[in-house]
Amino acid sequence: MSEPLLALEAVSKTYGGGYRLWPFGHRAGFTAVAGVDLVIESGAAVGLVGESGSGKTTLARIAAGLLPASAGGLRWCGRALMQLSRAERAEYRRGVQYIFQNPMTALNPHRRVGAALDDTLQGLTRMDRARRRARIEEIGAQTGVGAALLGRFPHQLSGGQAQRVAIARALLGAPRLVILDEPVSALDVSLQAQILNLLADLRARHGLAYLFISHDLAVMERLCEQIHVMQAGRIVESGPRDVLLRRPEAPYTRRLLAAVPRIG
Amino acid sequence: MSGGAQPLPGTGALAVATRRLRRHPAALAGLALLALVLLPVLAAPLLSLPDPALTDPARRMLPPLAIGHLLGTDHLGRDLLARLLWGARTSIAVGALATLTAAAVGSVLGLAAAWGGRRLDGLLMRGVDVLMAFPYLLLALAIVAALGPGLANAMLAIAVANVPFFARAVRGTVLDIRHCDYIAAARLAGHGEPRIVLREVLPNLAPTLLLLMTTTLGWMVLETAGLSFLGLGAQPPAADLGSMLGEGREFLTTYPLVAVLPGLLILLLVVSINLLGDGLRDVLDPRWSPRRSFSAPAPADARLQSQLEGGASLLAVQDLGVRFAGAAGPVPAVAGVSFRLNAGECVAVVGESGCGKTLTALSLLGLLPEGASQVGSVRLAGRELMALDGAALRDLRGRRIAYVPQEPLTALDPLFRVGVQMDETLRAHGAGPAYTAAELIRMVGLDGVPGLMRRYPHEFSGGQRQRVAIALALAHGPDLLIADEATTALDVTVQREILALLRRLCDEQARALLFVSHDLALVAELCERVLVMYAGRIVEDAPAAALLHRPAHPYSAALLGATPELGRPDKPLAVLAGEPPAPGERVDGCRFAPRCPRAQRECRAVEPALDALGEHRLVRCLFPIQEAS
Ligand SMILES: Nc1ncnc2c1ncn2[C@@H]1O[C@H](COP(=O)(O)OP(=O)(O)OP(=O)(O)O)[C@@H](O)[C@H]1O
Ligand code: SF4
Ligand SMILES: [Mg+2]
Repeated sequence: MSEPLLALEAVSKTYGGGYRLWPFGHRAGFTAVAGVDLVIESGAAVGLVGESGSGKTTLARIAAGLLPASAGGLRWCGRALMQLSRAERAEYRRGVQYIFQNPMTALNPHRRVGAALDDTLQGLTRMDRARRRARIEEIGAQTGVGAALLGRFPHQLSGGQAQRVAIARALLGAPRLVILDEPVSALDVSLQAQILNLLADLRARHGLAYLFISHDLAVMERLCEQIHVMQAGRIVESGPRDVLLRRPEAPYTRRLLAAVPRIG
Repeated sequence: MSGGAQPLPGTGALAVATRRLRRHPAALAGLALLALVLLPVLAAPLLSLPDPALTDPARRMLPPLAIGHLLGTDHLGRDLLARLLWGARTSIAVGALATLTAAAVGSVLGLAAAWGGRRLDGLLMRGVDVLMAFPYLLLALAIVAALGPGLANAMLAIAVANVPFFARAVRGTVLDIRHCDYIAAARLAGHGEPRIVLREVLPNLAPTLLLLMTTTLGWMVLETAGLSFLGLGAQPPAADLGSMLGEGREFLTTYPLVAVLPGLLILLLVVSINLLGDGLRDVLDPRWSPRRSFSAPAPADARLQSQLEGGASLLAVQDLGVRFAGAAGPVPAVAGVSFRLNAGECVAVVGESGCGKTLTALSLLGLLPEGASQVGSVRLAGRELMALDGAALRDLRGRRIAYVPQEPLTALDPLFRVGVQMDETLRAHGAGPAYTAAELIRMVGLDGVPGLMRRYPHEFSGGQRQRVAIALALAHGPDLLIADEATTALDVTVQREILALLRRLCDEQARALLFVSHDLALVAELCERVLVMYAGRIVEDAPAAALLHRPAHPYSAALLGATPELGRPDKPLAVLAGEPPAPGERVDGCRFAPRCPRAQRECRAVEPALDALGEHRLVRCLFPIQEAS
């Protein structure tokens, strides 16, 4: 297939703004993302790095359809989102999943893990009970979410377990693109290593595409082939991993690289 | 539900709340008092009491213990006990009905405002503001005046007057829930709005609502009584406690019992309900803890004592232990932690999650979670903190020791603008703050963010939020700053700036920093010394550079092996198999032995002590990795 899986075209997002009644007038909004183009090929791992407040999360949420863009739009398999048929929209919905930075707030505190996973499958597919159960078992086995975890409430999980549950939930509907917003920055080193290895495995096994957001360049270097650097709502530099990290052009990319703490 | 696993016993929210309730004396007293009052009131129909409305002019104003009238009779010869119990039933029923109505209507309004978009929110909340602008009783009075007196109308008036309160509270809670990622996750699963509200929002709203209702019920009973007292509620011959009080008022000098008894009953009801409500609020608040449980410090030996007092150490921690109450006796989560921190020094605490880093940090502040107690000695500038009472500790916190939490949202209240919270922090502790708000904002590099003080916490990016939290911590110029994963959520450039800021604060103001982190590379840049913790113990205490280049403890080495390094994308990440032992879990000998690649048979025999290795290093290991290897 030659069409990219997901393409963002001139996407902008302005928070606030609009007319207000009192005092009457137009209120300037805050532009978090300003005209970003981004292409994610099927099976590719794309990294998005940038300073705090540069609009990475905003962009990722737009890509996942969690947030409407103020301008610009998405193309799913080459077709504008607006033109998709109902069935195609459902396929987009199932095809793009999201993993949040804080695994604890990403799980409803009043639902057991098993029920939460089941909810997701019910929303995404028409499977019957038995097949849903089998699917949860299958994905659970791949992500280290065993039967013992399914009966627990989120507050009974460790951070690493909660993040594994979140990964399992994202994979249930057999997505083609998983957006990962700082998926390991809330985890300690040993869990981080575990999740990074898991993410690499899962990608190989399912042929997933990743949009990986991180501020940790070392982590990004391990997982992504293509890296985009974002600053103040714009992409200031893009390139293959090795080129970008070895010969950064944009001043911000250089600063970013210089700021990485090193063990050596 | 899928999966056959059973829930863990006794860890559900309800079980926890019940357990905590049992340890809350005020709530228990309220509960007991309420039961005492409610029992006869509920049993009234079974007690074969005389008809409360039956007048008997011949037997007026009989004293208590008269035959057939346990509490005597009133000015019309009606049985006082019967009137009290039936009156109380009416009062409680009206109060409860008003509470339910106000809660139901308020919830719908609050939910609609929080969920229905900005325009509906603006409209509804302006309406609520208008209602709230009226003095509360005046509003109720106006409504009764319009509808005419009577119990039903009084109930309605009280309910309406309370709707704004519920609407606001529910709106706040729902806004909070709305920003949680699990709502976004439900959207990603393709669920529609009704299902999201039903499944994700309502269950999380319920505890708050229940709490609001209990805390309001008492006041509603009082308000019903108030309206009836004014003659606007219960109309004769029907009676509630308020109207009884009103009637009895005329005989206050001749026969006070008629007025005193209903008054007393109202008091009892309101006090007991409010005690219970306040208690419930504490019990359901995860941050509440039954008692600051400080045990007496273990006597340190004389040599150590003089060393601790003599040295220039700002902070001296000796044999610190943190224990949780467990079913089979206390469970040690942190044990035998000793270290010193000099003014101007930065020391890091590293280790996997669950190794006791945060507990150690919190115990220095006397801020342990519920059910935890601590032993050992913590001295700040020679002063034993473990001997201080709650008030003295509270005063110390923020002023001498400040804390920057892992999740800035826990330090910031989502319902208030940042400026308001800044002012509040600056005004705390009586004495003037060390810096002005403008200085603090500049110090953490937030100047230039438009409308900063007027924004709510959720309107900031993660990095900006953490800077706000650090600014709040610095407000009173503390001697010791404890930062728990304070830069974990920040991107590298900001992280670097914050680290530089923390470093500068330490150097210039001779402030000490205890920096909890799991990022070894980061720690090496900021700190002189690193404490590696495993399973509640310090396993290595070494200069930062030495630790990174020549870790001596196998655990330190394992942590380094799992750290990704820039420029080495193919470095295999050595995953430490398994997890640290849970506190209280029995491990023979060295607690790292089950996961240790160097473990020998001797390791399982006895737990190694924290011994010196070379001049500057302490290691808790029988077979430390030597310099040569
Ligand atoms: N609801 C909102 N209202 C106003 N401004 C907002 C809102 N949400 C985000 N912003 C602003 O948008 C900008 C981008 O936010 P975003 O969360 O996308 O940043 P980020 O790059 O993900 O940062 P971080 O790495 O710290 O998470 C920030 O400056 C933030 O203050
Ligand atoms: S004492 Fe033995 S088991 Fe423990 S860390 Fe040292 S080598 Fe490993
Ligand atoms: Mg973000």
